[in-house]
Amino acid sequence: MEKKVFSRTKGLTEVFMRYCPGCGHGVIHRLVAEAIEELGVRKRTIGIAPVGCSVFADEYFNCDMIQPAHGRGPAVATGMKRVKPDCIVFSYQGDGDLASIGMAETVHAAARGERITIIFVNNAIYGMTGGQMAPTTLVGMKSTTSPFGRDPRVAGYPIKVCELLSTLEAPSYLARVSVHKPANVIKAKKAIKKAFQVQIDDLGFSLVEILSQCPTDWFVTPLQAVEYVEKAMVPFYPLGEFKTPEGKKEPAKAETKMAVEKG
Amino acid sequence: MGEKLLMKGNEALAEGAVRAGCRFFSGYPITPQNEVPEYLSWRLPEVGGTFIQAESEVAAINMLYGASACGARVMTSSSGPGISLKQEGISYISGANLPIFYANVMRGGPGLGNIAPAQGDYYQSTRGGGHGDYRVIVLAPNSVSEMGNFPKRCYDLAEKYRMASMVLADGLLGQMMEPIEFDFEPVDPAKLPPKEWALGNAEGRERRIIRSYDLKPGYLEKMTLKLLEKYNKIEEQEVKYEAVQTEDAEILLVAYGTSSRISKEALMLGRKEGIKVGLLRPITLWPFPTKILGELSGRIKKILTVEMSLGQLIDDVKLAVEGKSRVYLHGRPSGGIPTGEEVLEIIKNICSE
Ligand SMILES: Cc1ncc(C[n+]2csc(CCOP(=O)(O)OP(=O)(O)O)c2C)c(N)n1
Ligand code: SF4
Repeated sequence: MEKKVFSRTKGLTEVFMRYCPGCGHGVIHRLVAEAIEELGVRKRTIGIAPVGCSVFADEYFNCDMIQPAHGRGPAVATGMKRVKPDCIVFSYQGDGDLASIGMAETVHAAARGERITIIFVNNAIYGMTGGQMAPTTLVGMKSTTSPFGRDPRVAGYPIKVCELLSTLEAPSYLARVSVHKPANVIKAKKAIKKAFQVQIDDLGFSLVEILSQCPTDWFVTPLQAVEYVEKAMVPFYPLGEFKTPEGKKEPAKAETKMAVEKG
Repeated sequence: MGEKLLMKGNEALAEGAVRAGCRFFSGYPITPQNEVPEYLSWRLPEVGGTFIQAESEVAAINMLYGASACGARVMTSSSGPGISLKQEGISYISGANLPIFYANVMRGGPGLGNIAPAQGDYYQSTRGGGHGDYRVIVLAPNSVSEMGNFPKRCYDLAEKYRMASMVLADGLLGQMMEPIEFDFEPVDPAKLPPKEWALGNAEGRERRIIRSYDLKPGYLEKMTLKLLEKYNKIEEQEVKYEAVQTEDAEILLVAYGTSSRISKEALMLGRKEGIKVGLLRPITLWPFPTKILGELSGRIKKILTVEMSLGQLIDDVKLAVEGKSRVYLHGRPSGGIPTGEEVLEIIKNICSE
């Protein structure tokens, strides 16, 4: 007797994915899609595809989707969630999209505590445009615009998004995970599900940063890419939860005050 | 409807938008339009709407992209420098066929310029402004009354054609006070017909996608040619203008917004002296009243455009008259405001040529 042990989640469409072999995007798509489906919110979910290799996410996720300009996902998500508070809104973004051109939108959506979920794929490179340096490219790492390796004297240091955002008051859930080993994939799924649960429970802003492989633009094999995540990325980008919603209270309406109270 | 109010132009614009069903605004402060967000920051919550002071104009326009995609009547406003930043989003919104309403209360430019009234953003408004082949419907009020009543027209057009529609005003119209009577019943957005393309709550229907890109060969060309179809229809059906004493005119002034009021004054001064001056005021800058100008230029051989810019409107006038009339310019850029007397002098010079 045959027993079915695995099937494609309804959270994904039947469209054939065009990601490179060994790319992290495909795995991450599946995790996000499974989370949405398992939480039973797919029909009221709106996803935002970025500009980057995952621009085609609007064809892959089986829910309402929108595709805005490079880096503007969090602003678009803000507009949607404010108009449709009962919908689950998520923005899927790469590191160029989120941490470079869209950094202002990211930080301010987080600071306002928008009740949205961001899936942030950190592959330390600009995938779609052919492997240029990203704000997350590691020191010494080669890219097509840092051919001798990222030099901190010229290009500074990579940005740690979770650490940066955890200095803010409003965010409820911030976590960093990876998908380079099966055990990590399972943890990543948990974090993604938790982030969506935070939104379902109306607890505020959630973001999961996922360290991901880009063998093509790192100019390595898929196996070497996995090893690079383990040996180079994880030590610099520590995995774990940076903020959790436990014990977080709904902010009370502030008292109206003058800038300077008269004494 | 009915009651007469005394309002500042910017406030009339904001109140007019709310009455027209606007329930979402995001914007970033910039003079001379600050009264718009200030007014909406308390007025929108009053009607259950959302006001957001965005971190930048870039964010503001993209919040509109999201809110409009979910079916809301949305608005943003700014002045030239901020509209420059919004052009990216407006291009995406145009490509994605989303209705939005926005206003530019022009100030002097280029660059940071100054905060004086000006009309230097005519090209920016009527030529698309952002990247790619697209158009925006542009309405140019010339009174506080029109500032308050045009948002409704903009929403109706934006939703009819699923595209961006704007009010192009200037600092003078934004700042001055005049009586206003709203010429429409307040719109309850909950009672508007459902938008069959809007996102959210997909229960019982196929999923929807909103986007401005398509990488399949030849497909984007088809999508953009669809835009042209609707633009052609708009050029045929939606042109609005005001013609003043054009029947017997021997010289025709063409001006919009504040310049059209100044031109009207020059017209009256001229008529008193027996000079047969007429005025054509485009109310829609795009679609431009090309046809009527073409007709008038068959008969009136001298046309003077009056603009608070180096001369931008004049390009559309020249295209419309196709060389049948001589077209002159009186342009005062970057905060210069012409007077009626000044314009009359120029009219006299032209007539004595
Ligand atoms: C305004 C603008 N600037 C630049 C680009 C070109 N561009 C497309 S994708 C991209 C970077 C994508 O990198 P990332 O966000 O890291 O995603 P990845 O492809 O690695 O998944 C750039 C710069 C663009 N589309 N729009
Ligand atoms: S270029 Fe990199 S990020 Fe893009 S699909 Fe290929 S492996 Fe994935």
